[in-house]
Amino acid sequence: MKKTLFLSVLAVAAMSLTTNIVFAAGGGTPAPRQSWSWDGVFGTYDRAEAQRGLQVYKEVCAGCHGLRLVAYRNLIDLGFTKAQVKALAAEFEVTDGPNDEGEMFTRPAKPSDRFVSPFPNENAARAGNNGALPPDLSLIVDARAFGMDFISYTNSYIGGADYVYGLLTGYVDPPSNTKIGDGMYYNKYFAGQQIAMAPPLLDDGVEYTDGTKATVQQMARDVTTFLAWASEPNLEQRKGMGLKVILFLVAFLILIIAVKKRVWSNVH
Amino acid sequence: MSSKPEFTNPVIRWVEDRLPIFSYMQHEYRDFPMPRNLNYFWNFGALASVCLVVMIVTGIILAMHYTPHVDYAFDSVERIMRDVNYGWLIRYIHMNGASMFFIVVYIHMFRGLYYGSYKAPRELLWMLGVVILLLMMATAFMGYVLPWGQMSFWGATVITNLFSAIPIVGEPIVTWLWGGFSVDNATLNRFFSLHFLLPFAIFGVVGLHVVALHIVGSNNPDGIDVKPGPDTVPFTPYFTAKDSVGLVAFILIFAVFVFYMPNYMGHPDNYVEANSLSTPAHIVPEWYFLPFYAMLRAITFEFFWIIPAKLGGVLIMFASIGVLFILPWLDTSRVRSCRYRPIYKWFVWILGADCVLLAFCGANPPEGFWLIAGQLGTAYYFFHFLILLPILGKLETPDPLPTSLSEPVMGGGGGSAAAGAAAAKMEKK
Repeated sequence: MKKTLFLSVLAVAAMSLTTNIVFAAGGGTPAPRQSWSWDGVFGTYDRAEAQRGLQVYKEVCAGCHGLRLVAYRNLIDLGFTKAQVKALAAEFEVTDGPNDEGEMFTRPAKPSDRFVSPFPNENAARAGNNGALPPDLSLIVDARAFGMDFISYTNSYIGGADYVYGLLTGYVDPPSNTKIGDGMYYNKYFAGQQIAMAPPLLDDGVEYTDGTKATVQQMARDVTTFLAWASEPNLEQRKGMGLKVILFLVAFLILIIAVKKRVWSNVH
Repeated sequence: MSSKPEFTNPVIRWVEDRLPIFSYMQHEYRDFPMPRNLNYFWNFGALASVCLVVMIVTGIILAMHYTPHVDYAFDSVERIMRDVNYGWLIRYIHMNGASMFFIVVYIHMFRGLYYGSYKAPRELLWMLGVVILLLMMATAFMGYVLPWGQMSFWGATVITNLFSAIPIVGEPIVTWLWGGFSVDNATLNRFFSLHFLLPFAIFGVVGLHVVALHIVGSNNPDGIDVKPGPDTVPFTPYFTAKDSVGLVAFILIFAVFVFYMPNYMGHPDNYVEANSLSTPAHIVPEWYFLPFYAMLRAITFEFFWIIPAKLGGVLIMFASIGVLFILPWLDTSRVRSCRYRPIYKWFVWILGADCVLLAFCGANPPEGFWLIAGQLGTAYYFFHFLILLPILGKLETPDPLPTSLSEPVMGGGGGSAAAGAAAAKMEKK
């Protein structure tokens, strides 16, 4: 019976792993695995990385990519003060209204507003980008992930963060026999290798206020951490609660097994 | 047990005289005689009912915050994830709960296959179970559409399009299902409505399933009829305790998924909002539908020169559930448990492995190796139920059955020394 139980657990495990296989079939070269501050059971977002990442997003990505599901007030979770968040939000204009006269008007954004997208709609975004659509980045790390946080570090595993980091650092010279389309760039981690986004990061593209040297790798790492937080702002709360829940359940399970053995002691 | 229980509390007695709910509970859940030799595989029925309750409770809370409209559905789910208090927890429980529910139910079904729980007198019990499975599949499918991500939309498009394979009335049926000429707002609205309704239908059928179970009683690992008395123990405290062990262990595994790998069993494309102009590279259903998806796509040829491949695939897919309905009459062996069926025992495991293989085939594009494997796997699935089971029951010589649970080995010297020793030990008690 032990054996059958084991085999069935194995079968279920195998079935739950099948989902991995298909995603490996799509896409380009798998991006190499990086180590991230929020990996593992005790992982939390590195605040310094995430704050620098916001700067990279704001100064580099935000020209084309929105972050429409994140509110300015959420930035307080990353260690910004209320005053900083208020000042940051006020840099953007949002349409509000109608007012007493029935007119729509613009006002500076408030912390309760969501990140203002660079384009009013998809057509405007495509028109401004040579026909390509820069995706919103609110969920980009989750949307490019497969697999999860700590099982199966097999070759077929690609974390969303690894992919985003890989893409940002994956611009290389194309092989000599590759024909690059008009307005396209070669990126080894992008599916099909040809991407409409020009290499966004250049060394010293931003000037970090904390004195960190802004290499491409450093900026890619920082903005990936920021975007991972944007995808899963509740990750820290989730992992923290999970640890307590699981420790409780382990203790409870031991107790319940003892109770069961006691109850059954006069039967076997 | 046979005498009517006496209640001392006057309120309970007042209710009891008018609605015998207390004596019912006492009879069905406290004194109810259970075979004493049930192993942990018998936990999974109770676990499945817990899953159903968890899904209904979390689902009702999610419905309070969800907006079934193509313009708002995706954002309302993200609002639940980001702004609703503990919304992420509720949604991750619901999302992973669906997978856990199917894991539990598949193990529960495999238990039934292995120990012959579908055989007389439990045919109807088994068939009600198959009805529950069908309802679960419909519910899970429609639930997956609600977040209105890319896989939601394209999964819905692929699956509803299956009905267009039906000759003549196929196309009108699909239009009727959609409430329009494509998967759109009307489709999302009705899927939400039905996704809310069907769990209560499942709840009803589960009720019938449990009533049917309490009429015929549980099967057991030896698959022999249980004699009242020494073969049984009362449900409480023995199986309340044993089910509790399984339940806590199950919740522990569930919690690992919810808290540490909540998106593991989902598809990342569902974090991209539905877009009818952009088709994903590979459209795959949730993992628990993969074996059926493989069967659907295994049929790449016409059947008997008249049934086109698409219709053939749809028929095969529904037939894969259909054979489960008639399973009690396909198996000609009168021995229930695989413990005493030396040959069939292996074929049950091969069938299980076949389903796992089909899952892999369903996850991969239907070409090359995976297509051939899917076709062979599908052929084997039906070979198992339609040919192997009826023939094997006649050919196989079962091992000698025990006469009762308290005396596991019936003479004849068939048992090994270890079994004999175990029997001797039992007798001492």
